[in-house]
Amino acid sequence: MYKENTVEDLMRSGHFACPGCGVAIAMRLVLRALGRKTIAVIIPSCASIIAATHPHSALEIPAFHGTFETAAPTAAGISYALKIRGKSDITVVAIAGDGGTFDIGLQSLSGTADRNEHYIYVCLDNEAYMNTGIQASSATPRRAWTITTPAGRSARKKNIMEIMAAHRIPYAATASIGYPQDLMDKVQKAKGIEGTKFLHILTPCATGWRMAENLTVNAAILSVETRIFPLYEVFDGKKYGITYEPQGLPVEEYLKIQGRYRHLDAGQIERMQTETDEEWESLYRHVTDCQRKGAL
Amino acid sequence: MRDLLSGNYAIAEAVRMAKAQLIPAYPITPQTPIYERLSEMESQGTLPGVMVRVESEHSAMAMCIAASLAGVRVFTATSSQGLALMHEMLHFASGNRVPVVMGCVNRVLAVPWSFGSDQTDTLSQRDTGWMQFYCEDNQEAFDTVIQAYRISEATMLPSMVIIDAFFNSHFIEPMDVPDQRLIDLFLPQATLPERFDLNDPAFISNVVTSGAQFLPFRERAFTDMEKAKEIIREVDIEYRAQFGRGYGMVETVQTKDAQLVLVTSGSMTSTARMAIEALRDKGLKVGLLKIKAFRPFPSREVEDALQNIPKVAVIDRNISIGKEGIFCQELKSALYNSTARPRIYGYIAGLDGLDVSPEIIENICLEVLGKEMPDNLPIWVKGN
Repeated sequence: MYKENTVEDLMRSGHFACPGCGVAIAMRLVLRALGRKTIAVIIPSCASIIAATHPHSALEIPAFHGTFETAAPTAAGISYALKIRGKSDITVVAIAGDGGTFDIGLQSLSGTADRNEHYIYVCLDNEAYMNTGIQASSATPRRAWTITTPAGRSARKKNIMEIMAAHRIPYAATASIGYPQDLMDKVQKAKGIEGTKFLHILTPCATGWRMAENLTVNAAILSVETRIFPLYEVFDGKKYGITYEPQGLPVEEYLKIQGRYRHLDAGQIERMQTETDEEWESLYRHVTDCQRKGAL
Repeated sequence: MRDLLSGNYAIAEAVRMAKAQLIPAYPITPQTPIYERLSEMESQGTLPGVMVRVESEHSAMAMCIAASLAGVRVFTATSSQGLALMHEMLHFASGNRVPVVMGCVNRVLAVPWSFGSDQTDTLSQRDTGWMQFYCEDNQEAFDTVIQAYRISEATMLPSMVIIDAFFNSHFIEPMDVPDQRLIDLFLPQATLPERFDLNDPAFISNVVTSGAQFLPFRERAFTDMEKAKEIIREVDIEYRAQFGRGYGMVETVQTKDAQLVLVTSGSMTSTARMAIEALRDKGLKVGLLKIKAFRPFPSREVEDALQNIPKVAVIDRNISIGKEGIFCQELKSALYNSTARPRIYGYIAGLDGLDVSPEIIENICLEVLGKEMPDNLPIWVKGN
């Protein structure tokens, strides 16, 4: 479903990402899908460093390095200004990490979603504060090792998609660097919708997940195929649709390639499987409800 | 046109006439009537700009910065806790060189919780790189908002236009509201630089990687804040020529032959004017120095005003715990390398809106006139 040219790269080589970085792949795909008429707000996160340091830029679009907790209102502010100045053909995208979205920026993100301000919010989720060196966020999964959760995090991963869906924004979707076409399709879908759009992209982090650099995309694919990170979209907070039917591989396939889960015993892996199955069933109920009501 | 307006409404009226294009706002006492009045104008179709009812002051400033970078004239207003919450974004605004104009209504910071006037909220934002203008009355607040846009857009530094809680914000005074046509001539539509250029893309407010890269940014801002003094003077002169009112960075009243000069800021200045008159009637040579611009600090004007003055009494409606009143400190530091070396007596009065009556001010003057040396610590004035 190529709606526009999605071949032109707007991210140059020579950026500052670690080898095997999932965030860099996601940024490249998002910008490809958005095209040149885009202004990006990038808050402190891996993405802001990947975009290179003063006076350089790895991006071929104008970007602004905002403050940690203000990706959303900063993007909305630019969007208002563009509208006031009659520049309606420019897309504004906010790019934030999981810490900047799930934690410190949640209040302001909720504010813009409530007001349904016109921009795309992209959360590049690598499941911890990776830019500051692997500290747990509320996007870190239960039992995952980080430097601040040496025995594994005890709380479950916050369900940011349900939070955003509860705001009844016109469009929210998950996407994965393992499924680039699905990701770019969703970005372009978001671009064509008026109001606040939210994209939750899982971006495996070889450094922080304690795995080999060549496993980033494998990890992304396995997160989807094990139903740990299903690919779906939600319209108006109510109409759910799965965009890729996962195989339902055992979660162990995903866990075993990552050093951050190395400490799990068989019982813990079994509980991870149960929790994943429950989450999937809950999501699937939303989808079948929608199908039953003929919403999609 | 003559009108009766509170300080808050005067600011709202000036923002409307300045044609601010985007106004992200959040309620906090005693600033709220600015937000409410602007909302009322918007609903009546008389506000040229767009209002956004944001979820915090922090986001209000984030949105102001973003929209200003994207080329539109912006405004917001706040007080006290709201200003403190904005603190991070205040540095971010000046660092990004955006000409944001903000109305600030001085209110005490908790704890204890209260609502009365106290300048410590804005004064503790001293080092954020914002210009600060303390207004005496509602007319001055209106005029200063109009001037502040000219000054900020010429210097690319943000401005706070500051009034006292209740004494200004809620008291209604007769004032002159100029014709829109004249305001438009004085303050044309904003022509801000294009920071987001699709044809020449850059990563704005990017990370610098060494102190050698960092320093020129601060040095440039410092130099431009120094240059702002001249721009403030010029804009004020032009405003006076156009509208018949000007204020200067400071104002002096009967300081030429004074044995004692009172230093005040904000609404207290009006009371001090009466006290000075009463003391002059009693044959006492007392003058007044009103400080309007706090950042940039008008060191030259202060030095000139206090040459050959033996004594100065500073009345601060604010306190820096661990030192003294903040205007008092600033005055001392401005004069240290100067030939003007009066003895400086510091008083703390009017915190939380405690009344500072003409009698209180007269008594302060009498006490200072009869006192050989200043105390090391400020004197706390507890009211009548």
